Amino acid sequence: MYYSKQQDVCLERVNMRRIVLLSFLLSLFVFCWVLDGRAKEEDFPVPRPPFSEGIFPCSNCHAGMEANTKRRELKEEHTNIQLKHGSVSRWCLDCHDATNRDMLKLASGEHIDFSHSYELCGQCHGPTYRDWKVGVHGKRIGYFDGGPRTYFLCVNCHNPHDPKFKPIKPEPPPFKPLYKYNPAARSGK
Amino acid sequence: MEAWRFYKKTLVLVAKGRPIYYCWCALLLFIMAVGLWFYMKQMETGLIVTSMRDQVSWGLYIANFTYLVGVAAAAVLLVIPAYVYHFDPIKEIVVLGELFAASSIVMALLFVTVDLGRPDRFWHLIPGVGKLAFPDSLLAWDVIVLNGYLVLNVIVPVYILVNSYYEKEPVKSFVIPLILLSIPWAVGIHTVTAFLYNGLAARPFWNASILAPRFLASAFCSGPAMIIIIFQVIRKVSQIKFSNEALFKIAELIDYALFINLFLLGAEVFKEYYSNTIHLAPLEYLYEGLRGHHVLVPWMWLSLTFNVTAFLLFLIPRTRRSLPTLNIGAFLIIVGVWIEKGPGFVAPGFIPDPLGEIYEYFPNFTELAISLGVWATGLLVFTLFMKVAIPIVRGDFVHSKYAKIASKIEPK
Amino acid sequence: MAGNRYSRRDFIRMASVAALSGFGLSGVSCKKADLEEFLQKHYLEMTEEDKKRTIKRLEEKYLKKYGKQFTISTQGAKPGTLWGYGLDLSRCIGCRRCVYGCVKENNHSRYNPQLHWIRVLRLPEGSLINLENAEHYYDPALVPEPGYVYMPVQCQHCENPPCVKVCPVHATWKEPDGLVVVDYNWCIGCRYCIAACPYKGRVFNWAEPNIPAEELNTAVHYLGNRPRYKNVVDKCTFCVQRVRQGRYPACVEACPTGTRKFGNLLDPNSEIRYLIDHKRVFRMKEDLNTEPKFYYFFGL
Repeated sequence: MYYSKQQDVCLERVNMRRIVLLSFLLSLFVFCWVLDGRAKEEDFPVPRPPFSEGIFPCSNCHAGMEANTKRRELKEEHTNIQLKHGSVSRWCLDCHDATNRDMLKLASGEHIDFSHSYELCGQCHGPTYRDWKVGVHGKRIGYFDGGPRTYFLCVNCHNPHDPKFKPIKPEPPPFKPLYKYNPAARSGK
Repeated sequence: MEAWRFYKKTLVLVAKGRPIYYCWCALLLFIMAVGLWFYMKQMETGLIVTSMRDQVSWGLYIANFTYLVGVAAAAVLLVIPAYVYHFDPIKEIVVLGELFAASSIVMALLFVTVDLGRPDRFWHLIPGVGKLAFPDSLLAWDVIVLNGYLVLNVIVPVYILVNSYYEKEPVKSFVIPLILLSIPWAVGIHTVTAFLYNGLAARPFWNASILAPRFLASAFCSGPAMIIIIFQVIRKVSQIKFSNEALFKIAELIDYALFINLFLLGAEVFKEYYSNTIHLAPLEYLYEGLRGHHVLVPWMWLSLTFNVTAFLLFLIPRTRRSLPTLNIGAFLIIVGVWIEKGPGFVAPGFIPDPLGEIYEYFPNFTELAISLGVWATGLLVFTLFMKVAIPIVRGDFVHSKYAKIASKIEPK
Repeated sequence: MAGNRYSRRDFIRMASVAALSGFGLSGVSCKKADLEEFLQKHYLEMTEEDKKRTIKRLEEKYLKKYGKQFTISTQGAKPGTLWGYGLDLSRCIGCRRCVYGCVKENNHSRYNPQLHWIRVLRLPEGSLINLENAEHYYDPALVPEPGYVYMPVQCQHCENPPCVKVCPVHATWKEPDGLVVVDYNWCIGCRYCIAACPYKGRVFNWAEPNIPAEELNTAVHYLGNRPRYKNVVDKCTFCVQRVRQGRYPACVEACPTGTRKFGNLLDPNSEIRYLIDHKRVFRMKEDLNTEPKFYYFFGL
């Protein structure tokens, strides 16, 4: 060996520093990249979530309240909510964040905005989420090409607390072939 | 100049007649006027005044059209037996048969016209001027063959008649090929008309290969049956002699055709009922009623009864060879085949419709009035044809003898 | 050459029509606009100049008739597009929102005659092919009803359209983007196409359309939703006025359950391609070899 141990140590230190720096930069890059990628995927042109009137932001009421994390029947507020959505295994704070009431909470603990609620739904409903992202499940309106469009959120059609699509009144059937409609008779009524 | 004189004389001939002739023409003109009035109303309001709707988009008009194309075809095909059996008044039969065919085609074309939503755009059908979809559309084929047939069936008798008027023999090398051409052409018009329906996969009732043969068979019944009646009328009102033997021979021919027609119907009934697929529905609708809809059922059974009765009447020599039963048979066939081939054929093509809906079409008064108007027009055309043709054929209305006949046709 | 041909054609047309105008125009007051409309060429034979003139005349006519200024588009097919439709039979609840969304968008006659381009069939569960089980006039308080499935049907825009084949005057044809359209000014009203269509995709204007003026959609396409005439045939165009601008058809937007999908079959990233590639699809009456571009599928 023709270089001293001192030098060796020195070199090692420099290398270490480089590695740390590099790996830091690399991880930063990866983090940014991942964030970026995530942001891209979530960039769906969705409408404002269908909040009940005057209910949002939730922090208006919840800000001064201490979170009661005990699973229970709500008796004072939100009594209109009948949870019919996996109600045996799930309750409010599985989705609503206990610490920040204006946000939703993923299983990972990550907070998401209400306008990104599809991510929350997608945790359990994987295939449906996949179909929704490509436009095969759910409803889209506007331009599919060359203009603004809107992708309806899951919660635009499914009440998250009671997601089954409710029966609706159908529009009238067509007139029978020989039926003669009399507009005067109708307006006279 | 001479031609003009001929036309003038013809007009005089047409304008003069016995009171019964005037009454007959007045009646036809009255029916035509009523039909025309209803047609104007239909044009003004739209086809909504008929009973046709999207579910059953063709009705009585197209039914009549189909029937009359058959009649027109069969009238000319009668020329064949006339040759084969050496019927005596061969020239008369050719002339009358072809003029009858021409009148039927006039009616058939009128029926298509009254069915058209936009007859004002008819020029779209003229090749070169409009955009006739030949050879893609069978309707384009029909336009061509029917008009060609009309021309053919006007040229031949008019040529023969004009020659007779001038007391000349028709040039055989000109007229015989045309007469011979009109025979396959007759088969052609009815085949094309059958194919018009036959080619529609959307309508299983029509989409059966048996259709064209059945059309021809039934045409061979109704056309000659009409001729039997018409020949007798002509025999009554003019001095042209048709032997009864010729009529009986025609009846015999009708009977063969009727047998084939009934046989083909049986073949169709067997296929549909035995295989019992959902394509049975139209036939079920016709003969049994489908899911509570049975407007046509009595008509179909009536038609079948008429056809079978006529078949028996014409099968038994004694009833075939007696004028009263012969005429009853002819009448039964005319009506029986009309029901079978008109309403009994067009409507069930649409019932049930391609999405399974059943709309029971039944023609309303407007359609009836317009249809009668068209029939009256055809009969008037035929009457006028006859009014000129008969004296010529008889040798009364000729160039040299004009003065003589002018006095002769005065009512006595 | 082409110019010559057309001018000769025009001459023949003028001459023949002049000869026959006694018949053709009887009952019509012989105004210039009427005569022009009467002599109007087939849409596919119009030059750009002809089209402009026709559009202007039509806009004036509509203004006079309905008191509204229309914008009539003649936008052609975009290269590289072939429109396809997807309908999720698992989602349709039979509410007929599509039917009436279509009526409004496409200026259908509302009554006498009532025109619908979409029919929603109600079939008993366990039946999809035999349409003789179909009920067209169901009218319960609420849909979906237990025990039934719903199947909306409209023009399937066949690649091999029987209606086009039978038209005796070429008044209907398939556009380069696959849309089957009608020149309402060329149709002679023979209704052969209605007889030929296996999907009831065509309807007839049995009388002059009744459209309330305040509900008129004035953004129209010549081959699509412009107000029609009496006694001519009529059909769904997949909302040609919208889709050629990249917008979803009206029925897609009207559907409350996201049953209806639409897109470009030539674009591998389109919604319609995704569903054909990933779902089980079928087309109605495939045995007739009409090759519809309307795909029924099962999202569930």
